[in-house]
Amino acid sequence: MARYILKRLAILPVILLILSALIFSLVMFLNPYERLAVFIPNADAVGSSIPFDELVARYGLDKPFYVQYYEWLGRIAHGNLGWSPSARMPVAKAIARYFPATVELMLLGGVIIFFGGIFLGTYAATHHNQTSDQVARVGTIIGVSLPEFIFGLVLLVVFYAWLGWFPPGRLSSWAEDVVYLSGFRRYTGMNLLDSALNWRWDVFVDALRHLILPAIAYSIGMLSIVLRMMRSSLLETLQTDYVTTARAKGLLEKVVIKKHARRNALLPVVTLTGSIVAKMLGGAVIVETVFNYRGMGMFIVTAAQGLDFSAILGFALLVGLIIILTNLIVDILYTILDPTVILE
Amino acid sequence: MDTLLRIIKNPLGLVGLLLVIFWAVIAILAPVISPPQNQRSPYTISRIGFSSLPKAPSDKAPFGTTSGGYDILYGVVWGSRTAFRVGLIVVLATTLIGVLVGGLGAFAGGIVDEVVMRITDLFMCFPFMIAVIVMSIVLGKGLDKVILALIVFGWRRYARIMRSEVLSVKKRDYVSAAESLGASKLRIFFSHILPNSIFPVFVLGSLDIGTMVLIAASLSFIGVGAEPGYADWGQMINFSRNWLLGTVDNPFQYWYTYVYPSIAILTFVLGWTLLGDTLRDVLDPRMRKVK
Repeated sequence: MARYILKRLAILPVILLILSALIFSLVMFLNPYERLAVFIPNADAVGSSIPFDELVARYGLDKPFYVQYYEWLGRIAHGNLGWSPSARMPVAKAIARYFPATVELMLLGGVIIFFGGIFLGTYAATHHNQTSDQVARVGTIIGVSLPEFIFGLVLLVVFYAWLGWFPPGRLSSWAEDVVYLSGFRRYTGMNLLDSALNWRWDVFVDALRHLILPAIAYSIGMLSIVLRMMRSSLLETLQTDYVTTARAKGLLEKVVIKKHARRNALLPVVTLTGSIVAKMLGGAVIVETVFNYRGMGMFIVTAAQGLDFSAILGFALLVGLIIILTNLIVDILYTILDPTVILE
Repeated sequence: MDTLLRIIKNPLGLVGLLLVIFWAVIAILAPVISPPQNQRSPYTISRIGFSSLPKAPSDKAPFGTTSGGYDILYGVVWGSRTAFRVGLIVVLATTLIGVLVGGLGAFAGGIVDEVVMRITDLFMCFPFMIAVIVMSIVLGKGLDKVILALIVFGWRRYARIMRSEVLSVKKRDYVSAAESLGASKLRIFFSHILPNSIFPVFVLGSLDIGTMVLIAASLSFIGVGAEPGYADWGQMINFSRNWLLGTVDNPFQYWYTYVYPSIAILTFVLGWTLLGDTLRDVLDPRMRKVK
């Protein structure tokens, strides 16, 4: 087990290297002048005084691919991801500012997706072919076909424009003032966690009110996927011999399902985690745009519209890293949950 | 024919089939339902006036107009052609690449298979949505770029499925029989292995037509895909975002700007999902038992 993890960690840099080469090769579609932004720490300040041709020559943007790639890697290793004109700050700083907001949204969404999906999936499977099961089947098909942006817009129209319950954005302006006061310590950059740690429950409630709609909007599709997987997996498990044995022993149906069937039925759901994290990262881009929620996704959409390539490269690197790490964690989790799987 | 009958017998499958047929008819009859103002660029939404405020449905524009006088009915009708074009082109191209790459890799085996699968793994490192967004940004604006990006990152799942199918099929007795009869490698692959391993690809493909259209619409929605004024449902919803909140007295004042395109996307995607879902149940005997 420990050997397997070490082995996986050892090849991690190799994968990252290939990944970064792939991402960087995207930049080669651009001409040297467009590429300038990816390399120069502060294009706005430098560009005005020095001619662009000189800059292209100075940063070697007319050199072959591998030379440029090597130099770019060197800068990345020093934590220099370039300057983002659309955010008007270095890319690394922009990521540090916006990423916690997206993580916060993903965590809340993840709770809804997995707890909701597992609970409802269990319910549908234990009420097989009854009305609630049929409702769940049709509901999940609609849930999968419902685009995040349309569902988000519907939520926004109903709960903001009509009822006025949940506002868009990240915080109300009064709460924003509190958060940026000197007395308020930003431990993680996540509003829910920080406000709880600072014992400011009014800010906590405000942050939650802003988070709920986007979290629901992008959970519904993935909740449907988890629900379906949980339902079919539990249905199969309920037909196995050991479940019959457990029932024959006279155990309560509740115990049979919770302790015997569901634990084994959870395995296929765990394998979904990797693809769900990937989908959530993609969904964050859409949902944050709909709700005007200032996180990584909205940052990248703004960057895209401003053709801000250094930001896009930094974002792609970060996403690749997250996916690789998630897959590693899922594989390890799998061995812990299923002792019959031996990783080599 | 037998498959079609089984789909029709399933109520959800029938609904799916009808929805897809409905949109196909709309797409084919588009020039009859909404004749284009300019014959040379039918995909530019025709305009009725140039008012900056959306106009409620009237005789002239049964679905109303958005700001700038764009006719919503026209956009919805011609948007169906865009949807079919995106879905069909992307799915045809990705299945073709995936089947060839995954299938031939698994058939050849050894180092070829290893290399092909490592390349597929590398493409798997990116979340699909983000990969497509980044790629279309780099390529520039326009729906053709989105289609290209969807193809570049879309084939990987087909390659995987095809590979696992071919790996199991190529060990069957009838393949060995063909080999011992002296059939050429190409003949074995195309006339013995391919027909016996392609069904899962069909199922995934039919499900993917809806998904691809949905992703293309999402991209247009965040402003990376189709250009403003192009008959594309996602772009139309992006256009309506400014009117989403209505007025203070009536939050639903401009409902027609987002309701019609939303219904269009939803029913189109739902149709393909239902159809693909039923197809899977019909073609996969294992699923039939569980159900």
